[in-house]
Amino acid sequence: MRQELMLSGNRALLARANPLSKFAAVLLITGVLALSIDWVSASVALAFELLLFPLAGLTLSLLWQRGWPLILAAAVGGWSTSILAPDSGRILLDAGIWTMSEGSLQLGIGFLLRGFAIALPAVLLMSCTDPTDLADALAQKARLPHRFVLGTLAAMRLVGLMAEEWQTIGMARRARGVGARGSVGQRVKATLGQSFGLLVQAIRRASRLAVTMEARGFGGGSRTWARESTFSVLDLWVVSGGVLVAGLALFAALSAHTWNMVWLGS
Amino acid sequence: MAPSQDAAGTVRPAAVTARGWGWRHAGRAKPAVHGLDLDIAPGERVLLLGPSGAGKSTLLHALAGVLGDITDDGEASDADESGSLLVDAAPPRSQRGRAGLMQQDPETQVVLSRVGDDVAFGAENLAVPREAIWPRVHEALADVGLSHLPLDHPTSALSGGQKQRLALAGILAMRPGLILLDEPTANLDPDGVLEVRDAVARSLDKTGATLVVVEHRVSVWKDLVDRIVVLQPGSAADPAVLLDGPPDRVLIEARTMLAAAGVWVPGYVPATRARAAVPAPGAGTLLLAAEQLAVSRERPRREGFRKIPPAPVQEGVAAQVRAGEALAITGPNGAGKSTFALTLAGLLEPVSGKVSATLDLSRGAGIDPYRWKAEQLISRVGTVFQEPEHQFVTGKVLDELLFGPRHLGHGADRVDELLERLRLTQLVDANPYTLSGGEKRRLSVATVLAASPQVLILDEPTFGQDANTWAELASFLSELLDAGTAVVSVTHDAEFTAALGGAELRMAAAEAVAP
Repeated sequence: MRQELMLSGNRALLARANPLSKFAAVLLITGVLALSIDWVSASVALAFELLLFPLAGLTLSLLWQRGWPLILAAAVGGWSTSILAPDSGRILLDAGIWTMSEGSLQLGIGFLLRGFAIALPAVLLMSCTDPTDLADALAQKARLPHRFVLGTLAAMRLVGLMAEEWQTIGMARRARGVGARGSVGQRVKATLGQSFGLLVQAIRRASRLAVTMEARGFGGGSRTWARESTFSVLDLWVVSGGVLVAGLALFAALSAHTWNMVWLGS
Repeated sequence: MAPSQDAAGTVRPAAVTARGWGWRHAGRAKPAVHGLDLDIAPGERVLLLGPSGAGKSTLLHALAGVLGDITDDGEASDADESGSLLVDAAPPRSQRGRAGLMQQDPETQVVLSRVGDDVAFGAENLAVPREAIWPRVHEALADVGLSHLPLDHPTSALSGGQKQRLALAGILAMRPGLILLDEPTANLDPDGVLEVRDAVARSLDKTGATLVVVEHRVSVWKDLVDRIVVLQPGSAADPAVLLDGPPDRVLIEARTMLAAAGVWVPGYVPATRARAAVPAPGAGTLLLAAEQLAVSRERPRREGFRKIPPAPVQEGVAAQVRAGEALAITGPNGAGKSTFALTLAGLLEPVSGKVSATLDLSRGAGIDPYRWKAEQLISRVGTVFQEPEHQFVTGKVLDELLFGPRHLGHGADRVDELLERLRLTQLVDANPYTLSGGEKRRLSVATVLAASPQVLILDEPTFGQDANTWAELASFLSELLDAGTAVVSVTHDAEFTAALGGAELRMAAAEAVAP
């Protein structure tokens, strides 16, 4: 039930890079891709990403396991765009209200590839970044307030616990005669009650955790960091890689005259 | 900030001085502690006893400097403090890291997700230089017997006892002069209790730090402490400290009083009602049977289009539940006892194998309890969860009790009897969440029984309970057994199992769990 986002024991090259540089690279690539719906920039970026993902310790099957909801969403988006977008060029498929034309198919493929190309770096980043390292980088390098960063990190651990708690409360309530099955109204009511129960438990746990943290001296002015968040040559490569992929995608689309700013329409 | 240690990092034990100290929580009419006078010398080890409501936890929180209700700039909100409470010669709040506190719930004693980081957390907050932190982490992990774990070991993979030992390591890494333990072993199985106790003993022998521990089970701590202080609920007339002295003397002088207050004094097993007649094993009517059962809490996992059944924590289990007979499910932690019980109770779907109700139990509802509707389930199989709060569905004690009968559309004649029998009559208008631990336990049993199930399943019903609630529960269950109810309990408590009699299903550890 509790599936860690990061692959445990990931020793891949990208897992050793600083989370901030990885984040910057991902931001660059997805930023460029978000600007245009065209298949050239998307496929160039996607090709590079597929070449790079072994560096994050991922394999195709792991990628599918972790990223399938995003991959399916991109596929559905591509499919619906190709049948619903305004037609242009030759009609390829005509099923009454649904038609697919050369123009709409192109747009649909662009949408699909773009979806993949944007989703993949996110999956990549998550699988090779430990949340604790990310917090270290955010507090030490990006200079975010440590109270906020560490508080969020500790709270995130509780989220996993709450998922288990949700299941337990569901069972405990069934044992009291509150059915989670039945009509829509009954289900909504049951879910609301269960949410309240979870909220109570979440507050209890959170306040106990807060006492634990305070008792360990948290919340004072200055603190030291047992783990130093550092930048290395690898990070230079990661950021340059991001710039390169984003730049090449942009360059390819401009030279192929397919660059198509989203807000300018098609 | 007064440092807890000298330059070499050796611990300087702390002294505690209370003079007429009292505390009233915000929004409460009565003070939690009133007029406390107490001196604890550096290096002393004190066990704090007393009935619930005597303010033991409040005192520990105050000593740890985490007692709420005071804003950061030191202004009291609605809470009231009186007298003085000092650690060494200064208020605890002004000395971060001088005291370390461990609480009851292991899940909330862990802050970070990797073992090494979690131990380092306190030292970081005290601004210990980086090069000094890691040696402290290694030393602390060794002191609590967790040095075999790699520093990046996930804290979520630890057992309850290991989590508490990890919390102790996090405290030790701060090198505090005062160690405060608030029922540190109440949620642990017997092995976990000893693990934690021994780790505390080792680290105290090494550092010489002062210890104050609150715990119901005296026998666990008796030989480790050199003084017992008994507190009583605060009032203007009586002093907060009722008794104070060496363990043996206090336990002799106050044995009867402590036992009456529900404290587990060593060698004391509360008297419980004996069963009228214990039936021959297997004589009762068969109600529920498990065959070749494999169980897991996880639901089938989805990976893309594939559905993967979870790995069972336990498989090939067989059990028979019979009217008027007790069945105790025992075994080490992680053996899947609770998971098995929840599957038997129709709350979890079996991974494989089956749970089947006989016609005497199903009465037309079908053979598989998991397929029953919630209303069908509660009048046949009642389940009492380990944490009573998980089962509260209303805002009033009386409504909690009426909830089951109302759903079933039958009268509430059993409710009055249950209220009376489980001493809840005075509490009918109270909010269930505000009750004491023992009251919550009694209420959770009563609510499930209000639906008159033929089978009652209880998950660790005696965890963290004082001796009085324990005895009441055991006696009440023996009455139910005599009346023909089947009682299944998941428990580590050998005395409880003995009090109920009946069969025992011992489950072996499903997989090797790291010590």
